[in-house]
Amino acid sequence: MEKRKSIKSKILFVVLLVISLAWIYPIFMIFINALKEDRSITTSTVFQLPTSETFAGLSNFVDALTSKGFAQAFGYSLLITVTSVALILICCSMCAWYITRVNSIISKILYFLFVFSMVVPFQMLMFTLASTADKLGLNTPFNICIIYLGFGAGLAVFMFCGFMKSIPLEIEEAAMIDGCNPIQTFFLIVLPILKPTLISVGILETMWLWNDYLLPYLVLDRKKYMTIPILVQYFQGSYGKVEMGPMMACILMTVLPIIIVYLVCQKYIIKGVIAGAVKG
Amino acid sequence: MEKAVRKYWPVFLLPTAAAFCVGFLYPFIQGLYLSFCSFITIDRAKFNGLENYKYALTDATFLHSFWFTALFTIVVTILINVGAFALALALTSKLKASNLFRTIFFMPNLIGGIVLGYIWQILLNGVLTLLEKPLLALDERYGFIGLLILMCWQQIGYMMIIYIAGLQSIPDDYIEAAKIDGATEGQILWKIKIPNVMPSITICMFLSLTNGFKLFDQNLALTGGEPAHASEMLALNIYNTFYGRSGPQWRGYGQAKAVLFCIMVIIISMIQLRATRSKEVQQ
Repeated sequence: MEKRKSIKSKILFVVLLVISLAWIYPIFMIFINALKEDRSITTSTVFQLPTSETFAGLSNFVDALTSKGFAQAFGYSLLITVTSVALILICCSMCAWYITRVNSIISKILYFLFVFSMVVPFQMLMFTLASTADKLGLNTPFNICIIYLGFGAGLAVFMFCGFMKSIPLEIEEAAMIDGCNPIQTFFLIVLPILKPTLISVGILETMWLWNDYLLPYLVLDRKKYMTIPILVQYFQGSYGKVEMGPMMACILMTVLPIIIVYLVCQKYIIKGVIAGAVKG
Repeated sequence: MEKAVRKYWPVFLLPTAAAFCVGFLYPFIQGLYLSFCSFITIDRAKFNGLENYKYALTDATFLHSFWFTALFTIVVTILINVGAFALALALTSKLKASNLFRTIFFMPNLIGGIVLGYIWQILLNGVLTLLEKPLLALDERYGFIGLLILMCWQQIGYMMIIYIAGLQSIPDDYIEAAKIDGATEGQILWKIKIPNVMPSITICMFLSLTNGFKLFDQNLALTGGEPAHASEMLALNIYNTFYGRSGPQWRGYGQAKAVLFCIMVIIISMIQLRATRSKEVQQ
């Protein structure tokens, strides 16, 4: 009985090993092609390892970073993600606290609208949102975070509200009696208790923002500012021959930071995903 | 306390509420109105009643993309959930290195749709060339299968994590007791594990359902709707109606399609809410 079980688990182990190798193969394929010369990457040779003839060293990476504008795109993506996530976390947690603590019609209507906004697909308002952003001058990487605060508020407020309801009121009341005003109460008492939820919401919003393509593509001034997804799309969509070498380098440089961050904060990311799924 | 907080609404409520009006509420209402108009820029919109909806409901590409999306969503939901549940079962069976496997399977989920689309376009076109078959962008069937593979690769890890959390929350006593009573592994699976992870199953089913239905980035990057709009899903069809053609009528048509799309997504979500709630009562 025991023996049969151990054989079974060995087979299972091998099967999982094979699947997981297949799972990382696409990334590996990008890696080997990023090291190859541009002209030796075709649909019939993508699976070949680089040889001494086709090996291109780091030239694809240098090309991608300098003339293809990857460095700028990376910078803009980082700027947009960091400012938007910070703004969403602060503003939405404050808003959620107000909504849960003040029992008025406005709170109820707002909460309903926030939940509703989570459901609406982006295509519904892509055209009008882009023109609104244009009119208000919110079309640069420096202030697009306001658009993101508005469009991303739904999920954040919803998750914060879900957690806020479980914080005992007594702690806040005690702080108020001791002379804190609501702003002090929020930042000194409520925010520290919220920390785990802040991390979860932060991770979910970061995953969305870093990879978002259509919103920045439509809202930003395309000639001046590109984020990473826009740049990768631009490689394929531009006229003439697709430069496969630098494109592979770009993809690899996009994927690698994500994998590194993931390996470092895996615990938080998985927790955040579970929290988001159960609430969402 | 409520009174004290209420006075501070400009600090707590106003920033988010104002941004919400700019980033969601105003564009949403305007979009709703424009679906009854013919327009190129918003300032010069001309009301034309239900004309746009009439066109949208008879547009062959829109109807085709609806059936394409519906079929895709159903197939992908089944594949993802069966795959994810099987992996979750395997990884909770006290296996060596199960944490490493979990890390690997979840990873693709963090990569964005556009980048994923191009990675798989390169890979699948390579495979198709080896098999001497037409490329992805030339055959609707391969585009469909390609999208299925891509979505499975991206989403199975995510759903697997949710299933693992569900399976781990089943008390060990239940399974021990069943074993003592002489239950086989199949019986334990069907009579104990699956009923106890029903909430996770509902969540995952609807997550993959809405994700599949609203798919855009992956569709754009992998096939771009080729050949001749045949592999276009709803979101991409709307996008192409808006930006792929010129002329005052197309934007109105696009907006009307978007409203219809929005209604479909809302209906799916309402059913989801119902299903989750009724499951909660049982628990």
